[in-house]
Amino acid sequence: MRLGLPASARIGPNATALPSDRPAGRRVTLSRRALPHLLVCLMALPIAAGLWGTISLALSHPSGRTAAFADLMAWRGLPRSIALSVIPGFVATAASVWLTLALLALYSGSPAFALMRRMLSPLLAVPHAAAALGLAFMIAPSGWIARALSPWATGWTAPPDVMTLNDPWGIALILGLIAKELPFLLLMSLAFWPQLDAPRRLTLMASLGHGRAMAFVAAILPPLYARLRLPVFAVLAYAMTSVEMGRILGPSLPPTLSVQITIWLMDPSLTARPIGAAGALLHLALVLGALGIWLGLERLGGQFLRGVAATGRRGTALDAPLGALCLGLTGLILGLTFAGLASLLLWSVAGLWPFTAALPETYSVAVWSQAGRDLVQSTGVTAALGLIVALAATALALVLIQSPHTLALIYVPLILPQLAFLPGLSAGFLAIGLSDTLAAVALMQLIFVLPYAVLSLAPPYRALDPRFAQTAAALGASPARIFWTLRLPLLTAPLLTTLAVSFAVSIAQYLPTLLAGGGRIETLTTEAVALASGGNRRLVGAYGFLQLLLPALAFAAAIALPRLMFRHRAAMKGL
Amino acid sequence: MDRRTFGKLALATGGLTLWGRAALAADWTAILAEAKGQTVYWHAWGGDTKINDFIAWTGAQALEQHGVTLEHVKLASTSDAVARVIAERDAGQTTGGAVDLIWINGDNFAAMKNDGLLFGPFAEALPNWAQVDVLGKPSVLNDFTLPTEGYESPWAMARLVFEYDTARLPTPPRTLSDLAIFAGAVPGRFTYPQPPDYLGMTFLKQALYGLLADPSVLQSPAEGAAYDTAAAQLWDFLDALHPSLWRGGAAFPDSEPAMAQLLADGEIDISFAFNPGRASAEIAAGTLPDNVRTFVFDQGTIGNASFLAIPFNAAHQAGAQVIANLILDARVQARAQDPALLGFQTVLNVAALPDDQKALFANLALGAATLTPEQMGPSLLEPHASWVTRLGADWTERYGVAQ
Repeated sequence: MRLGLPASARIGPNATALPSDRPAGRRVTLSRRALPHLLVCLMALPIAAGLWGTISLALSHPSGRTAAFADLMAWRGLPRSIALSVIPGFVATAASVWLTLALLALYSGSPAFALMRRMLSPLLAVPHAAAALGLAFMIAPSGWIARALSPWATGWTAPPDVMTLNDPWGIALILGLIAKELPFLLLMSLAFWPQLDAPRRLTLMASLGHGRAMAFVAAILPPLYARLRLPVFAVLAYAMTSVEMGRILGPSLPPTLSVQITIWLMDPSLTARPIGAAGALLHLALVLGALGIWLGLERLGGQFLRGVAATGRRGTALDAPLGALCLGLTGLILGLTFAGLASLLLWSVAGLWPFTAALPETYSVAVWSQAGRDLVQSTGVTAALGLIVALAATALALVLIQSPHTLALIYVPLILPQLAFLPGLSAGFLAIGLSDTLAAVALMQLIFVLPYAVLSLAPPYRALDPRFAQTAAALGASPARIFWTLRLPLLTAPLLTTLAVSFAVSIAQYLPTLLAGGGRIETLTTEAVALASGGNRRLVGAYGFLQLLLPALAFAAAIALPRLMFRHRAAMKGL
Repeated sequence: MDRRTFGKLALATGGLTLWGRAALAADWTAILAEAKGQTVYWHAWGGDTKINDFIAWTGAQALEQHGVTLEHVKLASTSDAVARVIAERDAGQTTGGAVDLIWINGDNFAAMKNDGLLFGPFAEALPNWAQVDVLGKPSVLNDFTLPTEGYESPWAMARLVFEYDTARLPTPPRTLSDLAIFAGAVPGRFTYPQPPDYLGMTFLKQALYGLLADPSVLQSPAEGAAYDTAAAQLWDFLDALHPSLWRGGAAFPDSEPAMAQLLADGEIDISFAFNPGRASAEIAAGTLPDNVRTFVFDQGTIGNASFLAIPFNAAHQAGAQVIANLILDARVQARAQDPALLGFQTVLNVAALPDDQKALFANLALGAATLTPEQMGPSLLEPHASWVTRLGADWTERYGVAQ
């Protein structure tokens, strides 16, 4: 028997390539084809307005049309700044992908994995600023670890002057990025898992004597990665674009390009904002270039792994060291992140907490009494807005992915810095008289939520086994009936994940909500981000928790509901 | 009675000044009437609960006294509000704008005023303007040397004060050169926020006051040989100082709150703030050890004012003016100055107030760490706004890319 055949591994009773491995969706009627295109065009309008706003800002430098670009290129920090955006972005993404795959390969089904899965949903919903500040408080020279060990073990009565944070190599930044990306990729993988026929494939490989890692690479990775590619792209783009992580954990001389762009754009002078916009366009090009490079690396990696698989080696000796490495790394990162979040919660009730004290010396509920008022006041609006946007985004995504090519334009809001993109967009909104209402905010948020919805829904939708629909059609079911009674139920887990992701992304929107709402629409996030802008640990602790509450519930529901609904359908439950 | 009849009456009684005041009063009555029932959206930085609580309290007063509802739109940065006004201008929206009132000063004000994005002049027509200390606190009329010309109304005085922990540092340095000596003697225990952060820029300007033989050049635009000479002296000073800063000058805190956290964490021994009452308020709130004290340089420290401005297209300009006026009320100003609550220094001429209002200020406790007005020393003028622009850019060019 030939072994280790990759993508089209011939496994199972049907001696053909698993149909879920190739794109489906050819059979769409004309009317159903027109609608997605119309919608894409509609969505493209505001995005074009935003992009145009960025371009015209970049061209508005007082000393000439191209002066902003010339100034940008003349900035001495540019090469470093670019490197600091690209390299940590790549390293963090590669590490997150590797950890996700290794955890799935070596621990899926184990108690350790079940524990990690349960820790996922809160971690996914943690605002970036809170995750970053928590991590910063763990590893800073005056942080929790140093406090716990001082002075009895270290002899320090004052924090040592060493650079564990904002290090010029971006190590702290990479740690922070992994802490946020790993849960996202794991959640996405879990949503795709039921389609992979994983238990049978792995059992077969095991029965042939393969170790878990080797079996995964040969039998699961090809169909899984095909689905995971878009979320990985999003993660890479996000890692390069994130401002909060870069500001709190990254170096500052110079900062990452996205942080520097934000500094320029927030500068009121006439010359700085155009440079910021020019930087934003350069950043867009960089992200696109990085995605291209990633595609190339992906191909090389694929070739290498196919070569490895084709050797037929069982690789049983690999499992133990790989497992120890990935469990150790994941444990370290998740441990630091959770401890960091716990420290922020402790800060939120702390009065005085000086260095060397392992715990606060005095406690106070002042921050929480304010936070409690905001929670009562804004939860309704926040949740309603999130629900409307999540439902709309998921529905829109369902329509959009009917067309085999989703216009790349809808991903632009994901990649462009919001500060550069939003002025043009809000000018567009204002020009058509749409502003300061809940509807305006919902529409504005939709532009930023939709790419995530498409990202999480498109892969499982396209990978749905077409034989279900074929069988149903052969039995005389109409396309509508197939869609409502077959496709949608089969997609329950990915649909719920899409809803949860959309809900969380909607809740996280600060600047779009503020600009489209003109301050009329107050959400937990507009409150929380404004309060957190000072980097006050007490406020970030309390408000980060408020921001986390609703999305965490949504993610928990997205993970728990399929298990509950399909408790008698083993293959539908997800992991 | 309309304005014209009122004017004739005033002329008939023979006092032109009186006519002016009466006309203002009549206008003000109209503004009050128009403001009643309006909701004013005040866009202000929301990163400090003490400030947020003060704004909420002011809103309650506005509702009670004038029927104006005040909504605090909490911002992560003032530029978020400026971005909204610019977007409205670009979209051709000249009325009914979303931003009614902005907490603003310095280069944001200069940019908005030069772009014609502000409503006004209105400040000097506010009834409470008469109590503002325009002689004793000239920065209420000049925002980074740019004449305000009534396009923004002051609401709080800010002064640069240094904060230190007496437990770790018994006698603080009182001059710039002593500060440099302290930093050299105890490396790693001093830093400043990274320019172009406004507090970091303030430190650079304060340093120029200590370095320049003739600081009056700072009041002119930063140009030519004057700028080059001044900047060269500053870079020499910083070149020598940076190696003994926190992290050896290879990293800087990114903002005032970040530096304040470093002092609280014990990472540095000297911090500074643009609010003389901040340390006292933090001690009162139990978040800073009560052995923290403040000091200023013997030659004085930079002082400026915080202002309120109204965008050109604000939907509720009447209500916004009512708020700007209310905030100049002695009772409101005294509350802002209370170190247990906020610690912002008043813009009013307290000595000229009626006795009952004077008492409001006299009764305020100073706060554990706040200096008395006598200890506070002279207030140095903000340099011309172009110094911020040029020094910020050159600092970044020089130190912003560590080798």
